[in-house]
Amino acid sequence: MSGFHVTRSSTLTLVSSIGAVALAAVLASGALWASNDTLRLATDVFLYVALACLWNFLAGYAGLVSVGQQAYVGLGGYVLFALAAKANMPVLYTIPLLGIVAALLSVPSAKLLFRLRGAYFTIGSWVLAEVFRLTAILIVPLGGGSGMSLPVRVAQTLGRTPHDRFVMTYLIALALLLAILVMIFLVLRSRIGLALTAIRDNEVAARSNGVNVDRIKLVVYVAAASATAMVGGLIFLQRLRISPDAGFSVNDWTALIIFMVVIGGIGTFEGPILGALIYVFLRETLATLGPVYLIILGAVAIAVMLVEPRGIWGFVRSRWGVQLLPLGFFVGKSPQR
Amino acid sequence: MEHLANALVQGVMIGGLYSMFAVGLALIFGVMRLVNIAHGDLIVLSAYVALVATQSLGLNPLVSLVVVVPVMALVGYALQRGLFNRTMGADVLPPLLVSFGLSVIIQNALLMSFSADNRRLQAGSIEVASVTLTDAISIGVLPLLQLVLAVLVIFGLQLLLYRTAIGRAFRAVSDDPKVAQLMGLNNKHVFGLAMALSCMIVALAGVLLAIRANFDPATGPTRLIFGFEAVIIGGLTNFWGTLAGGIFLGVVQSVASSFDPGWQILAGHIAFLVVLAVRPNGLFGAAN
Amino acid sequence: MPEAQLLRVNALKTFYGDFQALYGVDIEVSAGQIVAIIGANGAGKSTLLNSIVGLNPAPPSAIRFCGTDIGGEAPYRIVRRGLTIVPEGRRLFTSLSVEENLLIGAEVKRPGEWTLAKIYQLFPILRDFRNRPARLLSGGQQQMVAIGRALMSNPKLLLCDELSLGLAPVVVKEIYLYIKRIVAGGVSAVIVEQDIQQALKIADHVYCMLEGRIALQGPARSLSREAIAAAYFGV
Repeated sequence: MSGFHVTRSSTLTLVSSIGAVALAAVLASGALWASNDTLRLATDVFLYVALACLWNFLAGYAGLVSVGQQAYVGLGGYVLFALAAKANMPVLYTIPLLGIVAALLSVPSAKLLFRLRGAYFTIGSWVLAEVFRLTAILIVPLGGGSGMSLPVRVAQTLGRTPHDRFVMTYLIALALLLAILVMIFLVLRSRIGLALTAIRDNEVAARSNGVNVDRIKLVVYVAAASATAMVGGLIFLQRLRISPDAGFSVNDWTALIIFMVVIGGIGTFEGPILGALIYVFLRETLATLGPVYLIILGAVAIAVMLVEPRGIWGFVRSRWGVQLLPLGFFVGKSPQR
Repeated sequence: MEHLANALVQGVMIGGLYSMFAVGLALIFGVMRLVNIAHGDLIVLSAYVALVATQSLGLNPLVSLVVVVPVMALVGYALQRGLFNRTMGADVLPPLLVSFGLSVIIQNALLMSFSADNRRLQAGSIEVASVTLTDAISIGVLPLLQLVLAVLVIFGLQLLLYRTAIGRAFRAVSDDPKVAQLMGLNNKHVFGLAMALSCMIVALAGVLLAIRANFDPATGPTRLIFGFEAVIIGGLTNFWGTLAGGIFLGVVQSVASSFDPGWQILAGHIAFLVVLAVRPNGLFGAAN
Repeated sequence: MPEAQLLRVNALKTFYGDFQALYGVDIEVSAGQIVAIIGANGAGKSTLLNSIVGLNPAPPSAIRFCGTDIGGEAPYRIVRRGLTIVPEGRRLFTSLSVEENLLIGAEVKRPGEWTLAKIYQLFPILRDFRNRPARLLSGGQQQMVAIGRALMSNPKLLLCDELSLGLAPVVVKEIYLYIKRIVAGGVSAVIVEQDIQQALKIADHVYCMLEGRIALQGPARSLSREAIAAAYFGV
């Protein structure tokens, strides 16, 4: 009897999965040959891709449309500065601690914010980020409203020369990005991923079928918060300076990120990566346009939302059936037995 | 004791303004389940429209309302028909992201046109006029006007909702949009009217805000958040609850500020979070 | 008496995504007629009504009303032309009073004889409950409000979707008596029913649907019980 079989992989997903591993290896080798400028730019790219993927994880997969992720970016930066500059902890060791602190803070935050449904959660998340920002202003030892710089001696715990430090930051950022991508990938393939798909299709039906919606959303929220804080720590480690307005900036850490994800393709694994790459490419090729730049990005994001809500990648996927990573299912004809 | 009483009174006054930010938000959420993230930026936009009107036509800001209110009504109707109506559906994501995009666009367009400088509308002698109650407590005529206008706006909204054909249409569309169109209502037009009405209240609130305090292109989100907090504290049931929510927020901010100005806004946010933790349906909402 | 054609559905196909619900349906309604559409669950009756009132996309020529192609028009425009539905399950506006529900029907402002006074004359009980929230009424009374709400738009043709749903038999009988009186007053009606007996009793012409097609049609009196059973169950 000839039948059908369901598989997660196609030839393309196999090739591209191998390609992804090879790409990671090439990127890692960059530490050996890339110039300082290249390293810096690449680190930037890694961190933007990470933020975009994390926001997409929250909004695109779990339906938690947060406009307050800057809370955790700034938190990561501030905690890193506090631990490294005030408690003299070696910078490298602070990074996992950022994740832990953010996870601990995000649990009660989530408990509160989840009382607000749908669109009201969105504004609630913004209030939370504002609370973080206003609290940072009040903390005098960390510079209050004007912020603080990371002393050179602290930065030097990463490497003696600037080049050493760039290499080190580059490698940490790459490792963090890979860890985040693998985490999202594994979650999406797990039972949680299945539940998320069910919730996205119909939350009420998912609830009545025994999916613990709040618990699953909590897991996603905490994971995203924790990883976002580590990314935030690295962002400000690279900048060597933080202030409440920079750390908790809604434009830099949420608006831009949302535009990247929407343009690239919300709710797809590949979309945010594509969106972040497009953003950095545009930023590097066009001269600084300031406000015009945000206006154009915002307008493009709105247009995408109206015309093709699944973004560039969603368009590619529906047009050609392309999926690079084995996240969906394929139905194929089984060979005759 | 007296300075606390004064803070309380001033808080009640500013609360009137917050509830005006809030009712526009609550109205469109009630009619079409839309949360407009650009709400605060529309408030600031009206302030700039008033700025242009006062400078080019030489009008008093309060008189400029004659221009600003209709202009903002048109802006609201056009936004709803041209933009938001295309995103309305079961999924909350598209309208949220579109209104967020709009928020960023309005802020940066204002930044380009007017720079980041602080502005203020000059309303003349009414700005400093006040009624003295005791040595420590005096009520400014302008803040008092704000509170009175807020009460009038809410009173008018209630009348409109329960006594007019358009209010009936708002409630019918809110109950069941699908059946509403089967009974001959053009939902898209009704939604447009609701947004226009919301923007008329926004215009009034924007002008009052701009007479009272400095504004710049980036001040919108904070107004959105104040309005939102007033809505949630008020309990999402009716507009009088929203007024109470706005006044509660105003009082908390004002009292905190009388101890330490650095705590003004933070105290408001914390009060909001506490209400969310203890009474998630709001202080003035139904028990369940 | 020459019968003027009021509604003509012409080879209507309706799709929900990839799923095809109607496979070329033809029906006709003449002025003054009651036309019944019967069929089992899932036969496509409600889909047909929803397509006629503009909830589903349709090519313009597939639905002709009073000599005009109206397929795919927005629902509110179709109401303005004089075609209104009493939706399945009544679907009253729950936060509106009885009278407010009726007034929503008058929003299109079509001229005609149906006014609040006339509705209250037809359903006197509604006058007593005019200021009550519609949700507090009994099922039968709610059905009266739903019919009255539709009549307030002064339709030429009234579509009634499953009027008997959830109502006691004696109430169903009463409701259909009202429908007869309404039609006698000059409105035509299409009734969709699962209760075949009720439908045959009241209708002039019957269409029986099966799996998205018209399986049988004819004047109500001319159809045999056996033919209807065969068309209904597809045996």
